[in-house]
Amino acid sequence: MNVTEAPSGLVSIPALLARNVVVHGNKAAYREKEFGIWQSWTWAEAAEEILAMAMGFLALGLERGDYVAIIGRNRPQLYWSMVAAQMCGAIPVPLYQDAVAEEMAYVLDHCGSRFVVCNDQEQVDKILEIEGKVPHIEQVVYLDKRGMRKYDHSRMNAMADVIAEGRAGHHRFDTELAKRIAELTYDSTCVMLYTSGTTGKPKGVVLSNRNIIETSKNSSEFDHLRAGDEVLAYLPMAWVGDFIFSIGQAMWTGFCVNCPESPATMMTDLREIGPTYFFAPPRVFETQLTNVMIRMEDAGRFKKWLFDRYMAVARRVGPDILDGNPVSGSDKFAYWLGNILVYGPLKNTLGFSRVRVGYTAGEAIGPEIFSFYRSLGINLKQLYGQTEASVFITQQPDGQVRADTVGVPSPGVEVKIADNGEVFYRSPGTFVKYYKNADSTASTKDAEGWVATGDAGFFEDGTGHLRIIDRAKDVGKMADGSLFAPKYVENKLKFYPAILEAVVFGADRAFCTTFINIDLNAVGNWAERNNIAYSSYQELSQHPRVLEMIRGHVGEVNQSVAADPMLSGCQVHRFLILHKELDADDGEMTRTRKVRRRVIEEKFADLIDALYAGKSEIYTETEVTYEDGRKGAIKATLTLADAAVAPAQKVAAE
Amino acid sequence: MNMQNPEGYTTADGRQIGGVLMEMKNITLRFGGVNAITGITFDIREGEIRAIIGPNGAGKSSMLNVISGFYVPQEGEVWFRGAKRPPMKPYQVANQGIARTFQNIALFEGMSVLDNIMTGRLTQMKTGLLAQAIWWGRAQAEEIAHREKVEKVIDFLEIQHIRKTPVGRLPYGLKKRVELARALAAEPKLLLLDEPMAGMNVEEKEDMSRFILDVNDEFGTTIALIEHDMGVVMDLSDRVVVMDYGKKIGDGTPDEVRNNQAVIDAYLGVSHD
Repeated sequence: MNVTEAPSGLVSIPALLARNVVVHGNKAAYREKEFGIWQSWTWAEAAEEILAMAMGFLALGLERGDYVAIIGRNRPQLYWSMVAAQMCGAIPVPLYQDAVAEEMAYVLDHCGSRFVVCNDQEQVDKILEIEGKVPHIEQVVYLDKRGMRKYDHSRMNAMADVIAEGRAGHHRFDTELAKRIAELTYDSTCVMLYTSGTTGKPKGVVLSNRNIIETSKNSSEFDHLRAGDEVLAYLPMAWVGDFIFSIGQAMWTGFCVNCPESPATMMTDLREIGPTYFFAPPRVFETQLTNVMIRMEDAGRFKKWLFDRYMAVARRVGPDILDGNPVSGSDKFAYWLGNILVYGPLKNTLGFSRVRVGYTAGEAIGPEIFSFYRSLGINLKQLYGQTEASVFITQQPDGQVRADTVGVPSPGVEVKIADNGEVFYRSPGTFVKYYKNADSTASTKDAEGWVATGDAGFFEDGTGHLRIIDRAKDVGKMADGSLFAPKYVENKLKFYPAILEAVVFGADRAFCTTFINIDLNAVGNWAERNNIAYSSYQELSQHPRVLEMIRGHVGEVNQSVAADPMLSGCQVHRFLILHKELDADDGEMTRTRKVRRRVIEEKFADLIDALYAGKSEIYTETEVTYEDGRKGAIKATLTLADAAVAPAQKVAAE
Repeated sequence: MNMQNPEGYTTADGRQIGGVLMEMKNITLRFGGVNAITGITFDIREGEIRAIIGPNGAGKSSMLNVISGFYVPQEGEVWFRGAKRPPMKPYQVANQGIARTFQNIALFEGMSVLDNIMTGRLTQMKTGLLAQAIWWGRAQAEEIAHREKVEKVIDFLEIQHIRKTPVGRLPYGLKKRVELARALAAEPKLLLLDEPMAGMNVEEKEDMSRFILDVNDEFGTTIALIEHDMGVVMDLSDRVVVMDYGKKIGDGTPDEVRNNQAVIDAYLGVSHD
């Protein structure tokens, strides 16, 4: 890997801040809605606050190499506290604010932080609760004074007081602070972020200034981000993406970070700000689309007609227009008219009028949802990344955007596919190490700097786009040796509103089968509209017409799976609809609603056998755990059904 | 703890309670031949949370209505801030710095949350109807100043997300919070809460308790409340008045009241042989 030098002395976030004061001094750097008004700070004002805060930290005794935990929702002062900590030579560690006290205790103990910055009383209470387990916490600083009057303040301060003290004592601290800022290098630690830890304990990912600044520089250039862009900072501060967007890229390009008034007002604030650069997980886009559709169902007949007509136009030509492909003059005119009548007002309602670059990542996004936004002219793209990479591994360039790929390697990132299909990368953003965990570091990152992602994928012939198919450990082979990627098929199934969950089996078997969980809301609604009476989830799930509907969905999925030469073996030949919802209480899913394959395979072994034995019906009893911990059993007779299978397109060269 | 000390007392959690803010002397209230309240005397001190409890029909709400000036008692005197209060109209009482919420929510359903809370500032607006209608000069400056106060209350009670929502569309728990917001917007010396937790679930009750304590702590507002949930009353209040059949049967700290035989009888019932 070629080692690059920092551009013109910009070796740290504080150095970037100093440059922004010179270059963009009077431009808005941060906004936060408070008391119903957007309060804003220019780069010069923000820098003044951050310096005072850093001196306040010095007054409290913050040392080089200390870890400063930061807990709270997105607020300018919390972002500033990260930079202020860096100025003092300390390392900021943002935490998930909704974590329960025990999880916090683990992380705080692991990083050994002496300082904790909290947003409000709620977070302070959590810290006090776990104080016994993490005795090294010396100072708690809180932003919101409400309810804090009665607390013991011998080791606790309001942020306003810390800043005031720093400001008052600046003659004392000026020299020391300047010295510490000057000591920062391109390789000193910029931030430590804890991975969410779905498997095992959270790991502290150490990212250097080089990681963050190089990544921010490359990705900002990739999407032509610039001062004057606006982002809405609403995703958890502990998540690497928020650190890159709201600190890395913001500091690099000098764009403005806007913080919502409260988590509940996010949608209103989004509309008011109208960001030009926007990131959201698929869930946010899904919810917005559902809301639009529900409201259109209630709209008057003329409006509904207008909406349907022009959305049809948008679906047909919108993506091409966005990608700059040629379309006919009459289509252009129709789209222009549609933009005035429908798309413009709709985008304005959603808060997307000004979005130049929008990203989604984290999980697969439904192709209909994706193309809905693109057809409106919103440049929504996908990226693939992880904390260890400082986010970016691959991303989609403008004009080459599709729902089923995650794009080409980001600038400066090398990607290779191992023999077993696992994706490896190395880049300037590749993390330094896991904190106090040399074993994990060694097993994740090899001597040459290649990092294993744990995901299986492949580069598409022709376009060079990466496609992620599954977690590497779940990918297997079928009996005939063709590739088996259950999640790939499950995601396709789950894009249908009627299907809540799907579990596909087929490793080492001749063909694939699947369990389906229907979505009670969607299917219940549908049943109501179609006058289908049912008394329970179980009864609805086994209704012949529901079965017919699901059979249709599975058939369609098979069609689309068949179109993929590498994965055509994964078509679902037989399926059944489960009589109960998969549930974390029964151990069938994790608390974050991820399917536990092994558990399900064991628990429902009789059903799987019946599917492969070609039976058409099976009687089963299943143990269930109620929310209060009591156990019961449900009995059901399930119908096993065949699905239409499409002829596979054989791979030309074997 | 010396209740009679005119300089006040210190609570168990270390708060300093001041002198007497309001004093009810020998209040008797009659509706026709029915005695709703009979000869009740008690005081409310500056900075304290004072609860009035009692079984149904004990006369608690009537008592609150006497304090708020809605009912004028046939006998007895009401002293507020060291002066005897003559019979007053409710708006005059409001001008004295007493605000209240209602047992059955009394908000303007069609108006937004913001507008509802702004009505709490009404008594303090100085400019005339015409000036406000054309929103010019002093009226504009005044509205901005009042809006700022209201926004502080909205922030305090964490209802930013429903600022522009019509009250009619809100769930019950939030309506209660909006009502509290409107009362707070008036910046009262004394805040009267008529069953602030009625009909709430446990989580809503916890939130409301938190807000009541915070209001008392942050603004130093004296609070008198009526509440049925004994757990809440005993946790929140500094002193409790217990009423039964229009009479006072107990008065003191939650602990004292809990162990008062008359109170136990009133709540659990005694056999009348």
